Amino acid sequence: MITLALRAGSSPRRVLPGFGLSLGVSLLFVSLVLLLPMTGLFGQLADLSLAQYWAIITDGRVVASYTVTMGAAAVAAIVNAAFGLLLAWVLVRYEFPGRRLLDALMDLPFALPTAVAGITLATLYSSNGWMGRLLEPLGLQVAYTWVGIALAMAFTSIPFVVRTVQPVLEDLPVEVDEAALTLGASDGTAFRRVILPHLWPALVTGTGLAFVRSLGEFGAIIFIAGNMPYETEITALMIFVKLQEYDYAGASAIASVVLFVSLALLLAINLWQGRFIKRLHGGMG
Amino acid sequence: MSRLEGTQRIGDAPRVRRLLVIAAVALSALFLLLPLVAIFAQAFAQGAGVFWTNVTNSYTRSAIGLTLFITVLTIPVNLVFGVMLAWLVTRFRFPGRRILQTLIDIPFAVSPVVAGLVYLLLYGRNGWIGGWLDTHDIQLMFAWPGILMVTIFVTCPFVARELIPLMQAQGSRDEEAAVTLGASGWTLFRRVTLPNIRWALLYGVILTNARAVGEFGAVSVVSGAIRGQTNTLPLHLEQLYQDYNTVGAFASAALLALIALLTLAAKAGLEWRAARQEAST
Amino acid sequence: MSIRLQNIAKTYGPPGRGAARALDPLDLEIREGELIGLLGPSGSGKTTLLRIIAGLEAADHTPAPGRILFGDRDVTHVHVRDRRIGFVFQHYALFRHMTVYDNVAFGLTVMPRRQRPTGGEIRARVHRLLEMVQLEPLANRYPAQLSGGQQQRVSLARALALRPDVLLLDEPFGALDAKVRQELRRWLRHLHDELNFTSVFVTHDQEEALELSDRVVVMSNGRIEQIDTPDSLYRAPANRFVFEFLGDVNHLEGEVRDGTLTCGDARLAVELPDGPEELLLRPHEVKLAEAPTADARLPATVTAISPVGAEVRVELAADWMASPWLATLRHADYERLDLRRGQRLYALPRRWHRFPAEPDTRPTRAREAVS
Repeated sequence: MITLALRAGSSPRRVLPGFGLSLGVSLLFVSLVLLLPMTGLFGQLADLSLAQYWAIITDGRVVASYTVTMGAAAVAAIVNAAFGLLLAWVLVRYEFPGRRLLDALMDLPFALPTAVAGITLATLYSSNGWMGRLLEPLGLQVAYTWVGIALAMAFTSIPFVVRTVQPVLEDLPVEVDEAALTLGASDGTAFRRVILPHLWPALVTGTGLAFVRSLGEFGAIIFIAGNMPYETEITALMIFVKLQEYDYAGASAIASVVLFVSLALLLAINLWQGRFIKRLHGGMG
Repeated sequence: MSRLEGTQRIGDAPRVRRLLVIAAVALSALFLLLPLVAIFAQAFAQGAGVFWTNVTNSYTRSAIGLTLFITVLTIPVNLVFGVMLAWLVTRFRFPGRRILQTLIDIPFAVSPVVAGLVYLLLYGRNGWIGGWLDTHDIQLMFAWPGILMVTIFVTCPFVARELIPLMQAQGSRDEEAAVTLGASGWTLFRRVTLPNIRWALLYGVILTNARAVGEFGAVSVVSGAIRGQTNTLPLHLEQLYQDYNTVGAFASAALLALIALLTLAAKAGLEWRAARQEAST
Repeated sequence: MSIRLQNIAKTYGPPGRGAARALDPLDLEIREGELIGLLGPSGSGKTTLLRIIAGLEAADHTPAPGRILFGDRDVTHVHVRDRRIGFVFQHYALFRHMTVYDNVAFGLTVMPRRQRPTGGEIRARVHRLLEMVQLEPLANRYPAQLSGGQQQRVSLARALALRPDVLLLDEPFGALDAKVRQELRRWLRHLHDELNFTSVFVTHDQEEALELSDRVVVMSNGRIEQIDTPDSLYRAPANRFVFEFLGDVNHLEGEVRDGTLTCGDARLAVELPDGPEELLLRPHEVKLAEAPTADARLPATVTAISPVGAEVRVELAADWMASPWLATLRHADYERLDLRRGQRLYALPRRWHRFPAEPDTRPTRAREAVS
C-alpha cells in the first residue's frame, strides 16, 4: 500500500513512459535542424551595419522583386480562394462520376516536384506550347510575365485552400442548411449568410497559407518567370542571384526579410484562427 | 418557386449542381491534369527509345542514385523524430509544448531557398561551424551531406504533422490501460500505439518521400550541381532544360511525375482503407 | 391552419430489393390549432413524417402520389422555403457565427426586399420574441455562450419570427436534461395556447407525448398504430404495441384450463377459453396482499422498494415470472403492508388486458378482476 501511494505521488500525471527520451530527441532535433542553422543567418547579418542592411533590402531591383512576388502571390491567393472554395464544395456536396479521381488530383501539386511543375508550365504556356498557342493570339502572354508567375504560384498552392476548407465543410451539420431553408432563405442568401461565415476561418487560413507558400516558392516559378530584372524577378531568385555572386551578406539580408514576413504571416494566421474558433466554440466575450 | 426533389440542401437544384460540377471538373482538367499529361507527352515526344536512352544515360542514372540515397537516409531520421515529437506533445503536458508544436511548422513557412541559405551560411567554408570543419578537411556543403541536411530540414514536419492530430484524437486511454497491465517502454509502443497509428505513419512517410525526392530550391543552393556527383534528379532536369534538351529534361520529369502519381495512389488507397475501417466499426 | 396528409409514403434507396420502407402509405388529419405529438421508438418513421410535412424530404411519387395540404393550399410540391413553416431541430441548429438577436432576425432579413418589414419593425418584432422566450438580456450573446435550454428557446423564437402557419419540432427537448425538459415542455404548451398555431412535435418519450399533446399519433415500423387523445390512448390502447409502448407492463403467461390460468405455482381465475394465454397488467393494476384470494394466487418476493414522488414502486420476483413485475402503491398502502425487501406476499390483479396474437384486432376490453 505504501509503495503504491509513493509511486503514484512521485509522478502524478506522467503515467506513460518515454517522457525523457522523447523530450530529449525532440529538443536535440529541433535545436540542431531548425534553430542552429538560423544562427548562421544572424551571424552573417551581424557583419552588416544598419545602413548597409537598409541599402541592400531597399535596393531598386530588390524592391521591384518584392512588388512582383507580393503582387503575383496576392493574385494567386485570391484566385485560389475562389477556385479552392468551388472545388471543396463540389467534392464535399456532390456525388458524380470521377469525384474520387478529382479528389486525388487535388494533391498533385504537393506531390509533384516543383521543378517538374516549373518546366511543364513553362513549356505549356510558352508561345509554341499547347496553351500558349491558344492564348497568345488572344493577346494574353503568360510565360515570362507576372501572369506566369501567378499561375505557377496558384498551381503549387491550390491544395492549401481545398484541404483546409474541405474538412470544415464536411463537418457542417445538415441542419444548418435545413435551418436556413426553413427560414425562407434562397440558395444564394443561405450560402452567403450562413455557409460562408462557417467556412470563413478555414478559407482565410487556407488562403493565407497559400499566400505564404507562394511568397517562398522558387522551383515552380523560375522557369516560367523569364527573370527579367525589375520586371519578373521574384525575391527568392534575388537571394539565389546574390549567392551566385558570392554576396552572402546581401543574400542574408534579403532572406531575413523573406523569413520575417513569412513567420509574421504564419503567426498572424494562427492568432486570427484562435480568436475565431474561441467565438464559435464557447468562451465569453 | 422551385420544385421539391429528394432531401433538401443548399445548392441542390440540378441546374446549380450541374453548373458547379462542370466548372470544377473543367478548371481542374485545364489547370492540374493538362500539365500532368504534358509531362509524359514531352518525355515521349521522340518515341520510347529516346526516352529510354535519356533515363539510362550515366548522368541521369547517377542523379537517380543520389536522389534515392538521400531519400533512403532522410526517411528513417524523420520517422524517428516525427514519432518522438508526436508522442511527446500528445501524451504529456509540459511548459513549451505549444511552442514546440509551432516550431516544427517553420519548414513549411520558410522559402526553400532561405532554408538552403541558412545551412550554407553555417556549414559553408565561411560559416563558424563550416570553417572549423574545413580546417579538418571535412566538406559538408556542395556535397551529399549538405543535400541530406537540407532535405531533412524541409521534410521534417510531415510525419509529425500526420501523427499529432490522430494521436490527440485517440487519446492515451489505451496506453494507460496497457501500463496498468504492466506493459512498458518499447512493448507498449509496439503493441498498443503502433497498430493505431501505422496508416498515418505510412502516409507521413509517403509524403516525406515525395518531398525528399522532389526538393529543388533548398538543394540547388547547397549542392553545387556537379554533374554525375552532386546532381539530384530535379537539379539534373533543370540543367537539361537550361541546355535546351527539353526531351531529356522531361524524361527525368516523367520519372519524378511517376513517383508523384504513386504517392497520390498510395494516399487514395490509405484513405479508402480508413473510410472502410470507419464504416465497419 | 389544418394539415392533411393523403397517401404519404417514403422509401429510401433504389427501387427494388435494396429499397428500405420508412413509411407505409398513410393518411393523417391535423386540425387547426392542435398540438400533435408523433410518438414512437427510433426507426418508427416519426421523424421522416415530420420532415415530409416540413418539405425537408419528399414523399414517394410512385406507385401513387401523395398529397399534403395546409388548409386548402396544396403544398405537396412547394419547396421548404416557401411552405411557411417553423422548424425546431433537436440540436437547435443555431447559426453559431450570429448573435442571438441575428439568429432570431435571420428569417426576416432574408425575405425578398418587397415583402421585408422595415428595419424598425424587424427590431421590434425580434425584441418581442426575445421577451417572449425570456432571453432579451442575452440578445448580444453567441449561441456557444448559452445553455442547451436557452439555445432551444432561441431556436423556437427564430422559428416563430416569420409567424408560420405550422410549427414543427423534431425531438425538441431530446438533448436537454430532465429538469429543463419539464420546464420547456410546460412553457411550449403555454406558448401554443397563447399564439394558437398548429404544432406537430416528434418524441420518443411517452410521458412527454401524453403530457403535452392534444392528440398523440403512435407510430411503429413506418405505420400509424393509433391516433387518440392522451387519455383514451392510455385507457384504451388499440393494440399490444401501443399498450406496451405507453408505460411499464407486467406479463402473465400461462395455460388456461377450465377457467383457470396456470403458470408454475401461480393461478388466476379467468373467463377465457382453454389454450395458451398472455395477460398484461400496468403496475398500478397490481395490488399486494398478505394472503391469496380464491380467484388469484400469485406468490412473489419483494426485491426492491423505491418511493418515487406520490407513489411507491415495488419490484417483485418469482419463479413463474419471465421478467420481474413492478407494482405501484400509495404510501398509505405501503405503510399498512409494512413492506420489506425479501418479504413474500401475493399479487392481486385489479384488472388485466389481453391482445390476441392476431394483429390489428381490438383487444378484449380490460376487465375488472374479482377480488
